[in-house]
Amino acid sequence: MALSKKTKEAFLGPLNLNNPVLVQILGICSALAVTVQLKPALVMGISVTIIVALSNVVVSLIRKSIPMRIRIIIQLVVVAALVTIVSEVLKAFAYDVAMQLSVYLGLIITNCILMGRLEAFAMTNNVKDSLMDGLGNGFGYAWILVVVAFVRELLGSGKLLGMQVIPDWCYEHGYSNCGMMLMPAMALILVGCIIWAHRSINDKEAK
Amino acid sequence: MKKMNTDSNVYTIVYAAVMVVIVAVLLAVVSQVLAPRQEANRRLDTQKQILTALNVNYAKADPAALYEQIVKEESYGELPLYVATIDGQTKYVLRLKGQGLWGGIWGYIALNDDKNEIFGINFGHESETPGLGGEIVTEMFRSRFFGKHIKDAEGNLRSVAVLKEGKTAEAGQEQVDAIAGATITSTGVDEMLVRSLNEYAGFLNGEEAQNVKPETEED
Repeated sequence: MALSKKTKEAFLGPLNLNNPVLVQILGICSALAVTVQLKPALVMGISVTIIVALSNVVVSLIRKSIPMRIRIIIQLVVVAALVTIVSEVLKAFAYDVAMQLSVYLGLIITNCILMGRLEAFAMTNNVKDSLMDGLGNGFGYAWILVVVAFVRELLGSGKLLGMQVIPDWCYEHGYSNCGMMLMPAMALILVGCIIWAHRSINDKEAK
Repeated sequence: MKKMNTDSNVYTIVYAAVMVVIVAVLLAVVSQVLAPRQEANRRLDTQKQILTALNVNYAKADPAALYEQIVKEESYGELPLYVATIDGQTKYVLRLKGQGLWGGIWGYIALNDDKNEIFGINFGHESETPGLGGEIVTEMFRSRFFGKHIKDAEGNLRSVAVLKEGKTAEAGQEQVDAIAGATITSTGVDEMLVRSLNEYAGFLNGEEAQNVKPETEED
């Protein structure tokens, strides 16, 4: 399948150079809340990706018919409906995960990435590009969540996906988990570190 | 074809109305279709919590079938009461409800048939801090309650105190260690035990539960 340059850019841009979290600093609030452990971070990343992609497609489909004066409300209704459906489906088929994500799932509605993409991209682009843009932004958001959750769960609880990875031997020899990592503030500091690394690498390339 | 004016008032209002109707129908259908499954999940979740409180390992068995086998659902006034038979002995499971730091906490406490000694207990929470208050669900915390008594020597209902290491409960009350770093959640557990057990005070002091038939035969 030959993809036009624009379509490719719509997908690849948000993964790196135009990352919603690192460059646009969107969706930070949920990145703090669900990254204490890897599993909820993964599910959150996947849920957001699905919802951004689908809402981008829906809004792009109806973009020419939307009355300009109420476009934000229409976008909000589309997102809210999709979030409700995803949350209902999770409750029916993955009850444990739905309970773990609890309120954060509903709060996807307020995730700035969604409204940002709908308003900035889906309203003015065709369905295929919008789908790719949604997937790109979703994955761009998800990989930051996963990296932060990986570090926080490993250093904060000595576990990954709920399984202990730091051997008992280390604990017996004086190693202890870093309680700070469990606090939301550490997520912010980690995101800050990733942004720092990301900028310094990309600035070098730009020169 | 003449392009429709998407900015006119009539168009905007009609558009919004149609949108709302479509979304409402869609959500109603989804909710109706999934409701039985969700209800079953909720029920199964409660059953698993009660089995955990009874220290029954359901990892290798069908939890629902196991539950049917050993637990009978009764009530004490408005409150749920579960009567279980384990190894021929009767256990009473009471529901606990309280407040943690960020949201609700709950649990099920299983008592021996003397309505005094704690046989098992299980906790759940909405949104306590993982690694701190969230630790109340762990085996490590749960097991601290096993074998404790909720009444003093005279038979007065006292609950079990959840206290920081080094502190001592009032005379006659037994205690367990709180979770370090999770003071408010631990206090929440302590208060939940006092409040919920007092709700069942009549039953714990000897009153019979409604509909409780003496369990004689073994399942």
